[in-house]
Amino acid sequence: MGPPPTDVLIQIRGVTKTYRRGSEKIEVLHGIDLDIPRGDFVALMGPSGSGKTTLLNLIGGLDSPSAGTLVVDGRRIDRLSSGELSHWRAANVGFVFQFYNLLPTLSAQKNVELPLLLTSLTAAQRKRHAAIALSLVGLEDRRGHRPKELSGGQEQRVAIARAIVSDPTLLVCDEPTGDLDRTTAAEILLLLRMLNEEHGKTIVMVTHDPKAAEYANHQLHLDKGTLATASPEP
Amino acid sequence: MKYLPLLWAGLFRKKTRTLLTLASIVIAFLLFGLLQAVQAAFEAGADAADAKRLLTISRYSFIELLPIAHLKQIERVPGVVGVSYAEWFGAKYQNESNAFPVFAVDPERYLAMYPEFTIAPAQREAFARTRTGAVAGVRLVERFGWKIGQTLPISSEIHPKTDGDLNWQFDLVGVLDAEDPAVRGNTDIVLINVAYFDEARQNNRGKTGWYVERVADSSQAKAISEAIDERFANSPDETRTQPEKEFAVGFAKQIGDIGALVTRILIAVFFTILILTGNTLAQSIRERIPELAILKTLGFSDGKVTALVVAEAVLMLVLGGAIGMAAATALLPVVNGGTGGRFPPLFVGAETWMWALVLALFVALAVGLPPAWRARRLRIVDALAGHR
Repeated sequence: MGPPPTDVLIQIRGVTKTYRRGSEKIEVLHGIDLDIPRGDFVALMGPSGSGKTTLLNLIGGLDSPSAGTLVVDGRRIDRLSSGELSHWRAANVGFVFQFYNLLPTLSAQKNVELPLLLTSLTAAQRKRHAAIALSLVGLEDRRGHRPKELSGGQEQRVAIARAIVSDPTLLVCDEPTGDLDRTTAAEILLLLRMLNEEHGKTIVMVTHDPKAAEYANHQLHLDKGTLATASPEP
Repeated sequence: MKYLPLLWAGLFRKKTRTLLTLASIVIAFLLFGLLQAVQAAFEAGADAADAKRLLTISRYSFIELLPIAHLKQIERVPGVVGVSYAEWFGAKYQNESNAFPVFAVDPERYLAMYPEFTIAPAQREAFARTRTGAVAGVRLVERFGWKIGQTLPISSEIHPKTDGDLNWQFDLVGVLDAEDPAVRGNTDIVLINVAYFDEARQNNRGKTGWYVERVADSSQAKAISEAIDERFANSPDETRTQPEKEFAVGFAKQIGDIGALVTRILIAVFFTILILTGNTLAQSIRERIPELAILKTLGFSDGKVTALVVAEAVLMLVLGGAIGMAAATALLPVVNGGTGGRFPPLFVGAETWMWALVLALFVALAVGLPPAWRARRLRIVDALAGHR
């Protein structure tokens, strides 16, 4: 177990999200209230269409709520403009997706360096930071390989290295093991737990898989856009 | 610069497609470089024209000759401060492919009329006093390795000697050069002394091809031209006088309106490139929607993603344009060698390079902005939804 959470990193109050499909309005999230402490590892579970990914997108600043407030690390991100959200994401959030979403034409090293292009680091510093991130996920010897030359597990490790290279406070993971076999999935989940426990990263992970959710400190269940019960700590 | 690897990787995501598109851009700019060089060569005469020089030819045709006796009358026209004349020799040297302009001139008058050509004073004096003397332009001297003092055996296509022989011999006494590189490019000529030529030729003695007049005031050029022509009106040898620039432009247009022709060809070529490159780029961006969404997810702003797409178009056009223009620059010396000096030297000037850059940027913006706008408006959540 990591250090006990000391304060609230993510504070969600009365958040709703409504999409418009033609003339029809569809409310995906209905007045969500949630606090996620700093340094926590939360698994967000629920059936398809329950709104897990929508909530994750809001937490990660990829989308804005239709109503309610969303405060991350003391900053109201529901009020930020598109440009401000871009800057905020670059500085505060790392993303891990089910299908890795690496740029196929770039090497592992260059993929990991991508977020650092938005910083003032020199080329040599970017290279060094990326090398450190790759060694942290155990792929220092694969830095020159392109995504198609890596296995699924290795691709996901590169994606995790890219997510942590700019040292964000928050990691947002959407089904990070959904495309992996059981053994590789376990390795990835152990890696996420290591990042949580040893490096203090706050992790919010969407998953369908109860086994994967067991690696988290807390499990939250969403059903039809409403937060159901939270499971007890493992 | 730090985004260059990202741009390069995006550009060569589909190598074959990009290389084919690049090849079409290279060919378009190669054509642009070559055609601009041809146009510049045709306009060179007009550019080199002196506003204070007039040209008088026969009223009916450029190939009709005028009496050398007109000289004294032209000199008396008010406003005329100098007169020279020249006759076309029609030369070949050694073989058919070595053809270049040879003019039979009065040395002193002609060299005084064209001060842009430089010649050593001693050589100038030797040319004036040597009846069989000839001076050659530096480009010809360098090309054929001629030396001052040697005999120049030149055949004429139109002027036989009194014995009917078309082969002439002249003594090379000087070299014509110029300080201005553009004028130096026009030194593919030989001047021979008309005193000897006129005496030794079989036909048309006492006649010359054209007159060149210098006027004191260029603003009076038109009026003086009319005064010269009036003087010979209703005579057997009526004249047509024009400012040198007008004559040069008109002469080039006898072959065709090269400028309009070049412009039309280039419009067709670049319109095709616009469609081809625009389609390729749009397709490439469509295929990379999830990747662009990832860049936005990582914190690349809408503006930055837009700039990356436009920069990719600029990179492709500037790269293809530079290769095409470099190819044209490298190819022209070969073309110049192949013309045997019968055509003015072709070269890609700095101005053509600048226009090529402007054209590349214009096409890049035209083809880059629509997909860039699409990338800008891309919503991360929608784009990723199709890729999860």
